[in-house]
Amino acid sequence: MTLPKFTPEQLAEVRRLQALYPDPRGALLPVLHLAQDVFGHVSEDVERYVGTLFDLSPAHVREVVSFYTMFFRQPKGRHVVAVCHNLSCHLMGAPAIIAHLRSRLGVDVGETTEDGRVTLLAVECLCGCEMAPMMQIDGRFEGNLTGEKVDRLLESLR
Amino acid sequence: MTTPRVPPILTRNFERPDSHTLGVYCETGGYRAIEKARSLEPAALIDLVKRSNLRGLGGAGFPTGTKWSFIPKNHAGPVYLVINADEGEPGTFKDRYLLERDPHALIEGMLISARAIGAARGFVYIRGEYVEPWRRFTAAVEEAYDAGYLGHGFDIVVHRGAGAYICGEETGLISSLEGKKGWPKLKPPFPAIKGAFGAPTIVNNVETICHVPHIVQNGAEWFAALGTKTQGGTRMYSVSGRVRRPGVYEESVAITLRELIEDRAGGVTGNGRLKAVVPGGSSAAILTADEIDVPTDVDGLRDAGTMAGSAGVIVMDETVSIPEALMVVARFYAHESCGQCTPCRESTGWIYRITQRIVAGQGRKDDLDTILDVARRGAGTTICAFYDGAVGPYISYIEKFRPEFEALIPK
Repeated sequence: MTLPKFTPEQLAEVRRLQALYPDPRGALLPVLHLAQDVFGHVSEDVERYVGTLFDLSPAHVREVVSFYTMFFRQPKGRHVVAVCHNLSCHLMGAPAIIAHLRSRLGVDVGETTEDGRVTLLAVECLCGCEMAPMMQIDGRFEGNLTGEKVDRLLESLR
Repeated sequence: MTTPRVPPILTRNFERPDSHTLGVYCETGGYRAIEKARSLEPAALIDLVKRSNLRGLGGAGFPTGTKWSFIPKNHAGPVYLVINADEGEPGTFKDRYLLERDPHALIEGMLISARAIGAARGFVYIRGEYVEPWRRFTAAVEEAYDAGYLGHGFDIVVHRGAGAYICGEETGLISSLEGKKGWPKLKPPFPAIKGAFGAPTIVNNVETICHVPHIVQNGAEWFAALGTKTQGGTRMYSVSGRVRRPGVYEESVAITLRELIEDRAGGVTGNGRLKAVVPGGSSAAILTADEIDVPTDVDGLRDAGTMAGSAGVIVMDETVSIPEALMVVARFYAHESCGQCTPCRESTGWIYRITQRIVAGQGRKDDLDTILDVARRGAGTTICAFYDGAVGPYISYIEKFRPEFEALIPK
């Protein structure tokens, strides 16, 4: 079995990140972000590989990966649509936005469309409450959502 | 009673084009306070901030100068300054504006604060979901290096989180910065004695540190006079929910909740009649419509039985269901409990389940008393303040709106 591997350039970036911290282990989250960008998700093999870069056991890496919400341990869609369902967004209509997305995409929250285009998530406060109801598409905040606006945004995702 | 409007300080450049760039920051007086600060001894800087009555604006409201003074004198090893930009308290979004629109204010504030506490390295922990703020701030750090403000005795490392509310708690943040899951640590030792990577560490909120250059430039007395007797300055209120103009409002901390909601944010929407307000992020106890004539400084809201927290003001009109609101809040605490302490891990999950069945019309006669009992027993028994933050809404929503909950429970 061969583990996934960074390119020499990516490895240089790992070493640069590790040198920023008094203990190289401080770079674990940044390197996991990099790994997810490169490999698509953080599989068990990616966990093992990242562990070797830090001299950490796979168990330690798993403990960290599974603690945070932004690391995907299963393959995700090409786009991630994360709708905030916390208080301010709830007050401004998040449940209807989530229902609308479920029906438009034909998936439940936590699932990925069959064509691998979109993963739908409901998440806790993204701190975009002034534009509630809001969501995040691949890192970008989109607010003041209506059914029509959601349709327009989905249309732009390939 | 009306609180006079104060000229904007932290938000003064927000509407300027390219306010995030070094050029605009310098044109508007930026990086002059650090020159002045270099003529002051660290002890004098700490004293200045103490006298200004600046208090932590991330949630706890602790006096900033006092916190700085806890760093051991003449410490031989490194000392770190850590900026908490892990904004996550539901209803709060002010630090996002600062990172995106005035990142150099944070950098200059860090340079001065680092001088005060003797730090040669600073870490800025930005929540992982804040992609654009992270890009903006990183670009500003690069500009500051190129211009020579950074790299000569002080370096900044920009660190991205990965999604966990608990990392906004200062010792959870430190664990996360060290490459671990974000479990809070038992205090003492306090971070000022043994913090990040085992070194004395000061953790301050973004907004708190952005105030520092202005205090250096204009003086402690000026800053103190902007606020109340025990808290100086302005702060940035995040107003959301059922109001006409949701957004960030920079105001004197003496402003009342009523003024914020009715005047600055344009009044209540929905049916137009106020039912309840959460004044300081979701962990603050809820206030009823007739409890909003209170100043919003740390002590004013504490005296009103709630807290100023992160100044995230969430407004609810009469058509909002309080039991449903509590269910949403309870879901958040159940999801975000880090799982380290039993009372928090178990209670947050069970209380969420109870609120779900109440909202579904399947509540049991003693459910409300069970929630109150579990909430009160667990308060103060955990390593960090997370569970106490959950208890605020559990108890206050039920005590202040009990008939509304009872109406949902079958007789």
